[in-house]
Amino acid sequence: MPEVNLHASAVAVREIRLNTITGFTGKATELLAQQRCGGLVDQPRSFTQCLGCSTSNAACMVTLVQDGVVISHGPVGCSSCLHEFAFTYRVNAPLRGISHASQRHIYSTNLSEEDTVFGGNQKLADTIRAVASRDDPRVIFIITTCASGIIGDDVEGIADQAEEELGIPVVAIFCEGFRSKVWTSGFDAGYHGIARKLVRPPRQKRPIINVINFWGSDIFSRWFKRFDVTPNFITPYATAESLSYSSEALASVQACTTLGSYLSGALEQHYGVPALRAAPPYGVAATDRWLRALGALLGKPEVAEAIIADDHEQFLPQVHELRARLKGRSAYVTAGAGHGHSLLAVLAELGIRAQGASLFHHDPVNDFDNEDADALVAMVHDYGDVPNLSICNKQEFELVNVLNRIRPDILLARHGGMTLWGAKLGIPSLLIGDEHFGMGYEGLVNYGEAILESVENDEFVKNLSRHSVNPYSKWWLEQPPYAFLGDDT
Amino acid sequence: MSKKKDSFADEGLAGAIFTTETQVLAHTNVQHDGDDPLNDILSSPVGFIEQERYTCAIGALQSVVAIPKAVPILHSGPGCGTMIQGFFERSTGYAGGSTSPCTNFSETEVVFGGTERLRKIIEGTYKVLNTDLQVVLTGCTADIVGDDTAQVVNDFKRDGRPIVQVDTAGFKHNNLVAHSDVVNAIIDQYVHKFAANVTPRSDKRLVNLFASIPYQDPFWKGNLREYKRLLEALGLQVNVLFGPESGGVSEWQTIPRANFNILVSPWYGLPIVQNLAEKYGQPFVCFGHLPIGAGETGRFLETVAAFARENNAGTNRCDIKALIAKEEQAYYEEIDNLATFLLEFRYGLPNHVHILHDGGYVVGLARFLLHEVGIVPKEQFVVDNTPAEFQDAIRADLAAASDKRVIPLYFTADAGAAQHAIRALKHRGRGLIIGSGWDKELACEKNYDFLSASAPSPYRLVLTTNYVGYSGGLRVIEDIYSAVLATYA
Repeated sequence: MPEVNLHASAVAVREIRLNTITGFTGKATELLAQQRCGGLVDQPRSFTQCLGCSTSNAACMVTLVQDGVVISHGPVGCSSCLHEFAFTYRVNAPLRGISHASQRHIYSTNLSEEDTVFGGNQKLADTIRAVASRDDPRVIFIITTCASGIIGDDVEGIADQAEEELGIPVVAIFCEGFRSKVWTSGFDAGYHGIARKLVRPPRQKRPIINVINFWGSDIFSRWFKRFDVTPNFITPYATAESLSYSSEALASVQACTTLGSYLSGALEQHYGVPALRAAPPYGVAATDRWLRALGALLGKPEVAEAIIADDHEQFLPQVHELRARLKGRSAYVTAGAGHGHSLLAVLAELGIRAQGASLFHHDPVNDFDNEDADALVAMVHDYGDVPNLSICNKQEFELVNVLNRIRPDILLARHGGMTLWGAKLGIPSLLIGDEHFGMGYEGLVNYGEAILESVENDEFVKNLSRHSVNPYSKWWLEQPPYAFLGDDT
Repeated sequence: MSKKKDSFADEGLAGAIFTTETQVLAHTNVQHDGDDPLNDILSSPVGFIEQERYTCAIGALQSVVAIPKAVPILHSGPGCGTMIQGFFERSTGYAGGSTSPCTNFSETEVVFGGTERLRKIIEGTYKVLNTDLQVVLTGCTADIVGDDTAQVVNDFKRDGRPIVQVDTAGFKHNNLVAHSDVVNAIIDQYVHKFAANVTPRSDKRLVNLFASIPYQDPFWKGNLREYKRLLEALGLQVNVLFGPESGGVSEWQTIPRANFNILVSPWYGLPIVQNLAEKYGQPFVCFGHLPIGAGETGRFLETVAAFARENNAGTNRCDIKALIAKEEQAYYEEIDNLATFLLEFRYGLPNHVHILHDGGYVVGLARFLLHEVGIVPKEQFVVDNTPAEFQDAIRADLAAASDKRVIPLYFTADAGAAQHAIRALKHRGRGLIIGSGWDKELACEKNYDFLSASAPSPYRLVLTTNYVGYSGGLRVIEDIYSAVLATYA
């Protein structure tokens, strides 16, 4: 895989590092054919709605570190949605065995107009010291913003100076929103900061496996137990110390290649922690492969075979039953890149026809530079093509248009805000926040049952569709959904 | 009940910053005093903010969302809209949230300027969305690179489009200040176009009401409805301008015809009524805090009624005394019925309260709880970044709440510091905290009752509830004691 340069203060955004695109429409096979010949070119849009921001995604990866504090170096607005992570931290803490979640410590340097003229360096330096004294944290994360980036504050220099003075890691994370249309770049930025400033050389190997994930339910412990290893969850609910010694793990896995490959790659290259390259375990075929790859990596292939045999016996009869009940149903998916591919696999495994998908970005290569890790390649290999695959960074107007045409039996969504439009059109819409809900063989049963429940209980969306308002023009709903893609308007 | 912490303990923090609790106990009811130990906790020369209770200037896009069929168009970095959506939650309205068009500043626009991009986005807006009013709001990026946004918008104005432009760079102001900028921009650039055909102040009964800031006041919809109901009972006609009780842009067009303006606010919104005074010669009457419960609502009605008489609003036929008596009869029937519970409930009710809110709520709730519920306001915290010139008036307003006690009042935008101050305080009896979702954890720590009544409010759902007026007071009582009784299980 390409070198992960931990000497550089910032990691290149995805558009540059992975040639990532946010505009495409066609079949899944067409997308893969173009990516293989290096011919995939991003298509801009001449009309756009609000995108996500890298700074939120960087914050997402550091705010839930138990003993850390986060300083957003920018105007007060650049951190105003971070209270949602404080909520998440509290609500999901029991899933990680934490009975009393502590309050999150989230700060804004509150840059003013004067600061944009004279620079915000001193304010940042003063804030770091005040925060260290107020909260006595084990690590301080600084996330940058458009304003601090454009005025050119020396965030790295100030962080280094404070680190030396305070004796705790002070991690500068460069995640200005304007740098990337792919907000997933913010995850990479957070991981880059952690890899270069927190992770230390291993003292010894320990029977732990790094799980790079969000805050979903713990499906891993049940599997890992049979390999005599335990999960080391990264980064939500980790501590500064558990992150530092993630270098001691036997391996790293990720809930999603898009999310985890940069950090697991960094741990492999710099600390010799092997990264599992198989596409994440969604669908029977991918789960078989993933468990076998893990067994091979841990030198315990027989344990993998035993888990596969046991889980097949326990769950596949239920999957067969669900397939019969879901027969003839169709679906549309809207999700981030990696998880969207996984949801398409889950649908195919359940015998539901995917009429299309709107995925927020597409990485033609991943950080492993390895097709085995590409969940879309795996999905097409296992289940065949998907029509109407669009790469669209949450452009609601396109989604509304396409849903209005396709009218699937169900809309599966992974990110907030998208289900509303399924529901307004009377389409049962399901968002499962827990990204591990569909994992493994058990996950197929979970999803199958949730989809059935949504499809059967459609009274609410039918009623909503009769009464909801629609700001989209008649003209627009009659245009092809990707009319603004490319420069043809 | 003291709760054990899972990570770096908050108990230790309070101790580190504030050495002994006895200092506070010995020091009740004193403010403006160099010896007040709370001042040490609350004084922050650095200017950072922990736990944001408001957002940046572009957050005033919610004031556009609150106007029926208006659309905010963001000339800003990607994610500004998402940040605002995340701060307020459940706040999409007609065309806010993921529907709002945005230029999504990238490196290209930062280097070469984004005005051409903005032009395309506005053109697209007219094609894709059906809207009555378009308000272009700028973010930090557009402002720092110096885009001439007004020139682009003027081109569309020349074509007769109902479009308005306003500078809302996040580093300039917060959303409480920018709310006035947005409203004034709509008045100056849109409403004023219709003023040529009407005589200012020609409709003697008509008034414009400027009270709750939409979404920043979680109860804005209900409050505006209740103000309107009460003022109509006085014989006035009321433009509330925002929300379902307003008539959308056609109501805005009647602003110049109003006889006078009513401002319910300790400071925010003042530039609006000043602008209207200058533009149309409309006088205004100010009520500095929210009228919650019978006493203050009666005073509010008397104040407005007197002002209406002075301005010949033709409300003389309204018997204000009879109106108040009728409302009070129903109100006190409830309080009378409740008194036994308040006085006799043997298992414990809160006897004192700390409020963290904007100045209007702090004073309004403190007056109400003291006189009409019997909960004594102890230290109060105004966390809305009140400009210095208004602070003395707010202090005087709270001081006038009682002739026998002094209620200590502190101003800080750093609500995290306010929490540390409360942590360090100790009063006899069961306490109540009224604040935002951030304060739920503080209330848990102190084993206090908690009422969520300010943004951000992740733990509470508010639809059309009002806290102002007679019914609002009763609702506050219901909310407090429902929370209290829910602890007995």
